[in-house]
Amino acid sequence: MNVSDSTPAMNNLMGSEADSQRTLYPYVTGTSVVGIKYKDGILLAADMGGSYGSTLRYKTVERLKSVGKHSIIGASGEISDFQEIMRNLDDLILYDNMWDDGNSFGPKEVHNYLTRMMYNRRNKFNPLWNSLVLGGVKNGQKYLGTVSMIGVHYEDNHVATGFGNHLARPLLRDEWHENLTFEEGVKLLEKCMRVLLYRDRSAVNKLQIAKITEEGVTISQPYALKTFWGFSAFQNPTAGAEGSW
Amino acid sequence: MFRNQYDTDVTTWSPAGRLFQVEYAMEAVKQGSAAIGLRSKTHVVLACVNKSTSELSSHQKKIFKVDDHIGVSIAGLTADGRVLSRYMRNECINYSYTYESPLPVGRLVVQLADKAQVCTQRSWKRPYGVGLLVGGLDESGAHLYYNCPSGNYFEYQAFAIGSRSQAAKTYLERKFETFTDSSRDNLVKDALFALRETLQGEKLTSSVCTIAVVGVGEAFHILDQETVQGLINEFEIVGEEPTPADETAAPDQGSGAAAPGPSEDVAPMDI
Repeated sequence: MNVSDSTPAMNNLMGSEADSQRTLYPYVTGTSVVGIKYKDGILLAADMGGSYGSTLRYKTVERLKSVGKHSIIGASGEISDFQEIMRNLDDLILYDNMWDDGNSFGPKEVHNYLTRMMYNRRNKFNPLWNSLVLGGVKNGQKYLGTVSMIGVHYEDNHVATGFGNHLARPLLRDEWHENLTFEEGVKLLEKCMRVLLYRDRSAVNKLQIAKITEEGVTISQPYALKTFWGFSAFQNPTAGAEGSW
Repeated sequence: MFRNQYDTDVTTWSPAGRLFQVEYAMEAVKQGSAAIGLRSKTHVVLACVNKSTSELSSHQKKIFKVDDHIGVSIAGLTADGRVLSRYMRNECINYSYTYESPLPVGRLVVQLADKAQVCTQRSWKRPYGVGLLVGGLDESGAHLYYNCPSGNYFEYQAFAIGSRSQAAKTYLERKFETFTDSSRDNLVKDALFALRETLQGEKLTSSVCTIAVVGVGEAFHILDQETVQGLINEFEIVGEEPTPADETAAPDQGSGAAAPGPSEDVAPMDI
């Protein structure tokens, strides 16, 4: 929204562009983020794809970021809006640090701040087109929550955005439990990400896993999942329909 | 402090580098009735003397709940105190709304101090004439701060402000080392003892004082008169400290709450 465009002097010049500008649809988007609580903290997984509509255009988009000492965030949806959110959060953490008083924002505070921000934009009919996952550990307390572009927010032991809700959550509901080790957690997340890779058109085979514990944040180097396509049904696909492809 | 040519404006320095208006504002705090605060590792107790101007009127409210985890007691211009309490409540609510988390006491106190400082640097304003004892709990434990009209703030283990607060301070100085590990009830008792010192011989009853407590698992609340009188009776009977000489050795309140009768024996009071 350009403030200078709405001054009285500029009104006539605006002419046909007299409506206010607001987000109508996203352009470059990230797909699912999946998050789980495990024994020592939180694990988040997201691939590194930035789709431009149906084109899988950008393949090195970091959708998992750390926020301060105690939290990590994963975003799906419009990537430029996520970058704006990160600018906001980095400022928030900066001002928090500037107090220099031993207090620091934990994941709960960051999650609620994000919720207020998303809901406020939604009320102005100019949303930040993202679904966010926010996880962290502070003073031994684990926290995992999510916020959508309209401000819907909740916490749970496992959360996901987008397609992850439909494909990953059922797996997590069956297989998640309180005392997952790090290895078990990663394996479970990889299982979810593999299903998403097979079934989500916007998924790319290059992912990162982010871990946060009381000690700190680690975001893994990007890697690919092994997939299997050697099903007999995939041999001679045009066997029953000559001429098709 | 005598009248001089540098004390009309808060924005005028004296040659000695003093802002007299700010110092006069601090005088106003010294003239108000006493307020005391003390803290342990887990609790903060605020206590104040509540004298009403006449029998017909109610007491001035001097202790304010700011949030579940913060409370404040004031001395000086109570109207200024009321307005600042409203500001503090607002700040706490706004922070809770945005972050779903209680505002750390240290941050509230800095905001309050910055607000007070502004009034020491604007020609069209005057300093707030109230001293605030801010007691609260946050992640890093129990805290007690004193906010000054000058815009300074200090953290204390125990402190007293207002008229005849020196007597309370003397008592607190003797005992403050025991406060950190004190139990909640002992902390309240110490507050009552300290308060009694400021009454200079007058009888301590629940009708002249107000006590408030905040602690781990205990939201900030003001103790009701009955409870306070009960506590007063408890330590007066045990007689830990020698009761200062009282002309009309007041009959023990066998019937619970003390009736605030005509105070013919009372020591000369400040207005």
